[in-house]
Amino acid sequence: MTKKFWRQGEPFVWATGLALSLILFLTLLLFYVVMANGLAVFWPKKVALATLKGGQSLLGEIVQEETIPHTDNKRLQFKIGNRDLYGLDFKWVDASEITGLSYPKDVHVLERQEYGNFYGFLNEFEVKGIAPPASGSNSLAQTIAALEDRKVEVQILGKKIANLNRRVELIDHHLAKARYNKEENTPALAAMQGEKQGLKTEFEALVSILGEKSAALATNQAIFTDANGRTKAIALPNIVRAYQPNNMSLFAKCTYYLERLRELFFDEPRESNTEGGLFPAIFGTIMLIFLMSILSFPLGVLAGIYLREYAKDGWLVKMVRIAVNNLAGIPSIVYGIFGLGFFVYGIGGGIDQLFFPERLPTPTFGTGGILWTSLTLGLLTVPVVIVATEEALGSIPPGIREGSQALAATKLQTLTRILLPMASPGILTGFILAMARAAGEVAPLMITGVVKLAPALPLDGVFPYLHLDRKFMHLGFHIYDIGFQSPNVEAAKPMVYVTTLLLILIVLAMTSTAIYLRNKMRQRHSVVDV
Amino acid sequence: MQTTDTAIIRIENPQVEVENLNLYYGASQALKNLTFGIPGHQVTALIGPSGCGKSTLIRCINRMNDLVDGLRIEGDIKINGENINDPALDVIELRRKVGMVFQKWNPFPKSIYENIVYGLRIAGIQDKTVLDEAAEKCLKRAALWDEVKDRLHQSAMGLSGGQMQRLCIARAIAVSPEIILMDEPCSALDPRSTSRIEDLIRELRGEYTIIIVTHNMQQAARISDYTAYMYLGELIEYGPTQTLFTMPEKKETEDYITGRFG
Repeated sequence: MTKKFWRQGEPFVWATGLALSLILFLTLLLFYVVMANGLAVFWPKKVALATLKGGQSLLGEIVQEETIPHTDNKRLQFKIGNRDLYGLDFKWVDASEITGLSYPKDVHVLERQEYGNFYGFLNEFEVKGIAPPASGSNSLAQTIAALEDRKVEVQILGKKIANLNRRVELIDHHLAKARYNKEENTPALAAMQGEKQGLKTEFEALVSILGEKSAALATNQAIFTDANGRTKAIALPNIVRAYQPNNMSLFAKCTYYLERLRELFFDEPRESNTEGGLFPAIFGTIMLIFLMSILSFPLGVLAGIYLREYAKDGWLVKMVRIAVNNLAGIPSIVYGIFGLGFFVYGIGGGIDQLFFPERLPTPTFGTGGILWTSLTLGLLTVPVVIVATEEALGSIPPGIREGSQALAATKLQTLTRILLPMASPGILTGFILAMARAAGEVAPLMITGVVKLAPALPLDGVFPYLHLDRKFMHLGFHIYDIGFQSPNVEAAKPMVYVTTLLLILIVLAMTSTAIYLRNKMRQRHSVVDV
Repeated sequence: MQTTDTAIIRIENPQVEVENLNLYYGASQALKNLTFGIPGHQVTALIGPSGCGKSTLIRCINRMNDLVDGLRIEGDIKINGENINDPALDVIELRRKVGMVFQKWNPFPKSIYENIVYGLRIAGIQDKTVLDEAAEKCLKRAALWDEVKDRLHQSAMGLSGGQMQRLCIARAIAVSPEIILMDEPCSALDPRSTSRIEDLIRELRGEYTIIIVTHNMQQAARISDYTAYMYLGELIEYGPTQTLFTMPEKKETEDYITGRFG
């Protein structure tokens, strides 16, 4: 019986199945952890009021609970916020210290422009220039909404100032160029200087208006008290969002959740990236992958075609093949260093010397930027594309080639009309692998152009619209940055999960699109052997 | 060595003339000093045991061997008096004149229609009516029209093996060649499909010069006008099929066709 069991190869079937289930289990676990932590971040959590033994009180979200080592006692971690009052966002409290735990309905949570969340009770308003707020549970939200118009006004002013700044900068570049070319006293130069002067006056006027307006706006405050009765005045324009989590209906919670998602996808980050949205990072990630694809895929496919279709099979081709395969295994940081040395300092520095000498020593292209990062990533993924192309072409039966050539097709016609369409599913598989690899890389990006906070997107409405020299933000680097480089790691934790989830979703979305395309191609071009 | 052997007949006004053809794969010689002529508008069968060089020989006629590394050819092959081994010859022009059908059917993973018009398209013909007419004419010629006329734009991969092989024949005649080379076109087909292809060959004969390699002696006897028996790269006997199968001059030929050897 047992002999038969062994002879039929049963154990091998078990081993293969086990290996697969282990991998599946680990992958699902990863997904579960990321989803469970990432999806819950934006759901409004109840705020507890804990009364402690000494008579003190504590207001905050209960984040986690654990058993104190070597005892049976438990302790709770509260997110207490109010960093400007307490200095810390989080606090551990022994369960034995807590005498009472309640969830008062009138607790307000404020998300602020700075100092993180505030947890407290609303006392009174000090407002000017708008109607005094009505009483009631919605009074805070209504008052904030009443200030919206003026807030928008201030924001528009800020944008105008930024635009002026950019124009001045452009003129400065022209002036520097003129100075470098030893042009003096030309009418064009004078005109430019005049324009710059005009812009400067305009700029200063706007800045002073902005100062006045925002100061006036900031005088509108609300007075809050914390759990122990300390009062705190908070300027209303400083409040990003206010809500009462213990007094929210399910619908209100859903609305809140969606609003946070909207913020995540479309807004800029705040508070050294631990709060606010991820728009620049999402944009940067997708744009990077696109640029990388545009740069590396045609190159890889062409190289693969040459290796398979045109190169004479010999020791040289064999060496090249080995080298290409090895390239795929080089640690990505090495590519990063190469990118920094060759693309950034070498080519970028050269471009600066040739085209922007007047701006030196300030680099234009001779510093990290999205172009150099894309090129570096392109170099990193090109071996995968080459190998995939070669193998896809190699797996086409030789009879197909002969059939085409026997019908008087040239090699090029055979390639473009028969072989490439047939190889396209395989080539696309290579693209998918390359894309997934590129989307997940962080190390080479860090030294070739990714930054923690980019002031502007690499694609915008200012001529020449596509700014390949600009530094950019990236989700992968964002995870590393807020998770390990942030001054407030604990507060950043939820954002790490959200960012991870987002990165995974973006990679999934891009690869699924590619897989969908591949399957369509496969249906059209497959060889079914009878 | 000029063959003066009586076992090899001389054809008057041959369309394809092979003269002192030697072919080497690296150091080994695959075709040895072949000299014979192939008549136009007839079916000529090449028979012989595996490895005797029949496939290699017909692949010389449309220069399919160009694709093979380490292959060297000496001697001439003349089609209508023009030497095709001339390096200056336009291979594309040659292959337009000499079509080929392979042992393993090789339709492209495209629609039936696209398979037929492929040769015309790459020759630069874009006129849809011309292509449509050619497709219909060739499919009818290859006796495939009735079976596929309702699914011209479906993948050719859905056809049966025999249908695919007839599609490949239709595809070859679409470019109006003068000569069609067939390299064991039925060896992977069942008897029914084989007989349909044989019917087709009989029909095409007269319009085209057909050179067919086959392992099946009955097939050679059934469809060909002339038969050449090759052995180890040499042409042993060549003559009208009738004569060769009934009164072979050489002992080797007789042994082979009677099944004592091969």
